[in-house]
Amino acid sequence: MGKQVVIVGGGVAGMQAALSLKARGAEPVIVERGDRLGGKVAGWHKLFPTFTPVEDVLGPMLQRVQEAGIEIHTGAEVEALVDGGVAVKGGGRFSGDATVICSGFDVFDARRKEEYGYGIYDNVITTVDLERMFNEGHVATVQGTAPHRVAFLHCVGSRDEKVGAHHCSKVCCITGVKQAIEMKKLFPAAEIYNFYMDIRMFGPGYEELYRRAQLEYNINFVRGRISEASQAMGGKVQIKAEDTLIGRPLKMTVDMLVLIVGMKGGASNASYAAGGLVVADNGFMQPLDPFCGNVLSGKEGIFYAGAVTAPKNIGDSLNEGSAVADRVAEYLKL
Amino acid sequence: MPQFGFSISQPRAVNLDTNDFVPAEKLLRELPELQSCIACGSCTATCTAGNLTSFNFRKVHTLVRRGEYREAYEQMDKCMLCGKCRLVCPRGINTRAVVMKIKRELGDYQR
Repeated sequence: MGKQVVIVGGGVAGMQAALSLKARGAEPVIVERGDRLGGKVAGWHKLFPTFTPVEDVLGPMLQRVQEAGIEIHTGAEVEALVDGGVAVKGGGRFSGDATVICSGFDVFDARRKEEYGYGIYDNVITTVDLERMFNEGHVATVQGTAPHRVAFLHCVGSRDEKVGAHHCSKVCCITGVKQAIEMKKLFPAAEIYNFYMDIRMFGPGYEELYRRAQLEYNINFVRGRISEASQAMGGKVQIKAEDTLIGRPLKMTVDMLVLIVGMKGGASNASYAAGGLVVADNGFMQPLDPFCGNVLSGKEGIFYAGAVTAPKNIGDSLNEGSAVADRVAEYLKL
Repeated sequence: MPQFGFSISQPRAVNLDTNDFVPAEKLLRELPELQSCIACGSCTATCTAGNLTSFNFRKVHTLVRRGEYREAYEQMDKCMLCGKCRLVCPRGINTRAVVMKIKRELGDYQR
């Protein structure tokens, strides 16, 4: 029997860490709070920048996890870090020779930006809601009509002192561009406007997709943050912004306002802090350093991988899943 | 009637619900690459006319794309068609053609 490693969280980072550790002869145990593996990615429809269906990424991964015979415990929410393992709600314990925390992030609660009326007005939705609609195969306004005009608002819950978030959530820009294109494909006659403060296209193919959104899909990009939204006639939403490139206020009514919500540190981070780990000012877990120590917690035997330490895309999270296996193997002398 | 120096200001907000997009859409159909503008301002920075007058090519074509045509024609009159803007544009937009199209299409909107 190999050395046991407790993996907190069964999203893409946790699954990759488990697979890599298993290949090195360890016995990973995935402790997942949800009722299935896959994490936040499982709620998505298609992935940027290639419009790859989620099942094409998650399907083979889940199969590999199953074939590797990795021990999985779902419905097990970690409550505290204890000596040599974790304690879960309801009284159970999982012990191992090392612990890898891959519990990811929380989605920003758009209701906190009251001025946009999420949960109050009809037809103000979030990117998460839109992915669910794509998955259900039915995108329409609350009134049941096809949207003629859709506005996307970038940076909801990111780069905003008012919600205590100075950080950039990194993946939302490209998500907004991807969803704008998907909406245009669904409703070719619709006008789509993306309101942004900066467009940050950090990955390969992202900037190219942004250019295609402009040229091939006629998406309108307006530099300016929507200051407020209000309910208009027939369930429409009136929005106000400044078009900062012309230096004038701008107003319009749209059939649907999509809030591109950001990432925040996971709610479980507080319990890790109680266990002696460090939460950074931005609410994510603080790795030892952002370079060679990016998967180290600073505490012996405890490691990180994925979006628990910062907003990351799937590729970054998978890389950290592999990288953490290296460091755990070194620590356990595998 | 005595004048006291008071007047009513016109609203400055660009209203996308009421603006007429037909000329703007025609311009974009003929020069679709204009949609790829990332508003870097290279054109305006290098502009010979902008160095001497208030001409701001980036701003004027953005206004036109929002359906704001007032003064666009007169503004474009300041352009000397030297073509430096086209040389520096990172998106490869035929900026001189944009100037000419705006002049051709928006003559009716001059005030």
